[in-house]
Parts: sequence; C-alpha cells; structure tokens
Amino acid sequence: MATQPLVMQAKGLVKRYGQVTALDGADFELRAGEILAVIGDNGAGKSSLIKCLSGATIPDEGQIILDGQIIHFKGPIDARRVGIETVYQDLAVAPAMTITENLFLGRELRREGFLGNTLRMLDKKKMLEQAIQRMNDLKVGIRSMTQAVETLSGGQRQCVAVARAAAFAEHVVILDEPTAALGVKEGNMVLELIRRVRDKGLPVVLISHNMPHVFEIADRIHVARLGKRGAVLNPKKISMSDTVAVMTGALKPEDLPPEMLA
Amino acid sequence: MSTFKDKLPPISQMGPFIALLIACVIFGSTTNRFFSGENFSLILQQVMVVGVIAIGQTLIILTAGIDLSCGMIMALGSIVMTKFAQDLGVPAPLAILCGIGVTALFGLINGLLITRIKLPPFIVTLGVFNIAFAITQLYSGAQTITEVPPAMTWLGSTFNIGQTSVAYGTVLMIVLYLGVWFWLRETASGRHVYAVGNNPEATRLVGIPPENVLLWVYVLAGVFYGIASLLAVSRTGVGDPNAGQTENLDAITAVVLGGTSLFGGRGVILGSLIGAVVVGVLRNGLTLMGVSSVYQVLITGILVILAVTVDQLSRKGGR
Repeated sequence: MATQPLVMQAKGLVKRYGQVTALDGADFELRAGEILAVIGDNGAGKSSLIKCLSGATIPDEGQIILDGQIIHFKGPIDARRVGIETVYQDLAVAPAMTITENLFLGRELRREGFLGNTLRMLDKKKMLEQAIQRMNDLKVGIRSMTQAVETLSGGQRQCVAVARAAAFAEHVVILDEPTAALGVKEGNMVLELIRRVRDKGLPVVLISHNMPHVFEIADRIHVARLGKRGAVLNPKKISMSDTVAVMTGALKPEDLPPEMLA
Repeated sequence: MSTFKDKLPPISQMGPFIALLIACVIFGSTTNRFFSGENFSLILQQVMVVGVIAIGQTLIILTAGIDLSCGMIMALGSIVMTKFAQDLGVPAPLAILCGIGVTALFGLINGLLITRIKLPPFIVTLGVFNIAFAITQLYSGAQTITEVPPAMTWLGSTFNIGQTSVAYGTVLMIVLYLGVWFWLRETASGRHVYAVGNNPEATRLVGIPPENVLLWVYVLAGVFYGIASLLAVSRTGVGDPNAGQTENLDAITAVVLGGTSLFGGRGVILGSLIGAVVVGVLRNGLTLMGVSSVYQVLITGILVILAVTVDQLSRKGGR
C-alpha cells in the first residue's frame, strides 16, 4: 500500500475562525486505490479538513496538491471541476425528482442539433440509459431510475448519492458520514458500494464516527487531533480500542510499534 | 407488477380534473345555458387574465415561494401602458413594452429583496402589494383611463371557429402555457426551478446558485403579470386602477387547485390552467344560477383550503 502513488495531498493547512484555530498545520495524504478513513474527536479539525479538501472552505495557509499540481479552490464547484466529488452528510438530493434527474442535476445532457441547441431540449433517453448503466456498474439494485428519490429507503438514497459521486468523480470521492442514521442492513449495503467504488479504481475519503464500519472497510486511518494529523494507523494491525486511545490522546503515536502505523 | 393504478398521476394532480368535472356536471344539469361553445369561450375570456398571472405565480410557488402582489403589479402594468399611450402619446407597442417593463421591474424588486436580503417572500410581496397598489392609485389619480389605442384591445377581439367566437387573448394564454410547460419539462433551466423548490442546498452543491434561479423566476413572473396587464386592458377596454383585487387571490387559488404544492418543487404548470378554468367555471356557473357574488367568494375560499389540505395529506401519505 505504501508504494501506491499519492493522489491528493495537503501540507500545513491552517484555518482560523476568529479566535478558534480549527486547523493548525494539518497534513493529509491520499493514495491511489485506497479507502482512507478520517476519524477524530469533535473539534479535532476533521470537518474543517474535509471542507478544505472539498472546496467548501478556503484554508488560510497551506497547500492542496492533486496529482502533483497545487490547486486553489474558490468553492465546491472548483473541486468538482477537477474531479473531486463530495457526498455531504445531509443527503444533497432533490426528493421529488427522479433518480436520473438527481444523478444529472447540474450536468444535464442536451439533445443534438436544433432541438438541443436552439430549444435547449434535454436528452432524457440518453440520461436514463447512462443512469441505468452507471448504477449497474456499481451493482446498485434499484428497480426504476424514473422513480422519485423520496420513494427510496434511506440506504438506497445514500447509495444514489454515493453512486452519483462515483459516476462523475475522476480523482477522489469524499464521503461525509455515509452510514450515519442507517440501520445495520442498509449500512452494510452502503459499505459494499463504497468497496466497489474503490475497486473501480477511485480512492475514497471516508469520514465516519462508526468504528466498526471504519475497521471493516478502511485501508488506512487518518486520525485528526488538535487541528493536526495525529497519526495514520493500519487497521489490520491495531485494535479498535488502541485507535480510540490515539484519537483521544491517551496513547501517543510514537509509543506504538511501527507496524501499527501506516 | 405494473397496474393501471401505477400509471395514474397522484391524487394531488387529479384534483383539478375531478373538481372541474363535478362543477361541470352540477352546472350542466342546473342551467341549460352552461354547456355551449359560446359559454365555454366566454369562460376562457373571463379566465385569461387570472390564467396568465397564474403562470408567473406557479413558477414562484414551485420554488417554495409565494407572490401576494401579483394582481396589484398587473393593475399597475395596465395603468402604465394605457397612461403612457394616452398622456404621453407613446406609440401603443412601445407603451405595452413599457408596461411589461414596469411589471418585470417589480418582479425584479421582489426577487432582489428575497435573494439578496433574504427576506421571506410572504412579507416582501405583501409589502410590494401595498406599494404597487398605492403607486397605481397615485399615478392614475384613481381615474379609469378610457382612451385606449386599438392595438391594446386587439387581444380581446374574436375570430370564429365554426359557430363559436374565440378571443385572441385566450389563444395567447394557451400558447404561453404550452411554452412554459415545455420549458419546465424539457430543459435544464426548467428542471432547476423544481430543484430549487425541492432542496436549494442540494442545488447549490451541484453548482447551480439557487439565488440566480429565484431571481430569474421572479423577473419572469413579472413579465407574465405584464402580459396579463395587456389582456386585462384588452378585455375591459380601459386601464382600471382598481383591477387586480380579485385576480390576486384567484391566481393563487388556481395554482393550488391545479395541484402545485405550496411547499415547492412539485406540480405541473398545466394544472394551473385547469385550476384557473375551475375558478372561472365556478364564477360563471354560479352567476348563471343567479347566486350572489359573495357566495362565489365563499366557495373559492373553501376550495383553496380543500386543495391545500389535499396537498398536505398527500405529502404525509409518504409520497
């Protein structure tokens, strides 16, 4: 794993909100083909880090590097444009619209020729075909792409949101608590999907509070602590309770045996 | 298993058809003048002003907003176009454009206050309701403008289909409805109106600023109110400073009866046309039955509440 090339990197990110320093020189490294879990206590700088990476906030200092290029985001749209797709916790979907419409919201396909150029007519057939194909690629079992998103269960909705991100991301998929508020079965359904996204070759950043889920699918664990990167752990070697101890500061990373670090 | 039931639209969208059907059956059996081409043509002429206002109102309600000022803006538009032509001698086509420009400007004011200062649409448009009414009265001196150039009344004139005379204005109304229906259904910008009504945050996150969509919707609604101004002038032959008072709530009634959800993001524009016709049929049928106009107001009031109840219940029903 350590030999995989870096896809995304952040160096010395600083973000202050008034008197509060949310990020205090945080580093971040995401490698090709991995699921990197990001964990941390409340206030550890976890969400500020993710916001910087997804373009939702602009860091005061530090660099973000994507495929060796330094990039500057002015907003989430810039991040999307360079191939970073983020699924936000509060399910950013339009409930009364169909799954296909949600998949293509903001990047609709138009018909060719007069109908598309002059009348601006949408190519609904092509979008439906692509939606079916993309969902099949990821083995998301949904009966009809023309049903409204509100008719889906919470897990299915989350799958639609993850599939949308995976379908359009060229570099990175960022998932913010994708299994929160889901039952066991539905949570597993989403975890399966995240695994398939990685196996397709897209690296995934997974923010989660759910330790069993993190240990089930993460390749490496980034521990945010006091606005910095506290440690990067190897879930195959370290126990869940030691991970929590590192997260809370009860265990220092330098006291851990080296094979537990990743 | 796909049954016939799956193919039927949800009850909230069937409502206006059912209401229209019931109203037609009642009036058809109680008055013998109701079922005639001439009477239906008259109903359409009576609803064309409300119908076109309702197009703008539907767009706004689809974004989870509301416009209480629509009728007053329409009245101001008709005063501006007739007075520009009468007092300033502005050529009719230009005067018409000025009137529509003023209504679009009021739509822009509504939109700017709602999107830039983030005021709730209810309060903004309630304020603009009063402002537009006052400006209309002040500018017209509370006098009806009677010297109207013929170009402004042309839409009220009729042509014959068989035995029935049809007003050009009703044709314009139907064409506008079909145009907006196509836009909302078949184009990306039309779908974005629904998306903003559904979940503005989601819309922002996919790169569509909801403020821009909202602003354009309010301006566009203003343009439709301006067209309604022209239709009002063409129908009455005068610029009436007291117009728009019943149209204001009738337009909202038409939209809600037409199955568009007041919570935004759901509805079909053609439903508003049916809703407007339902309101028109009620007024017409009750008049033919000799029922006093106060009862018409009463029944429209009950209808709106019924329609909103259906909307609320069908949402709770997990749809």
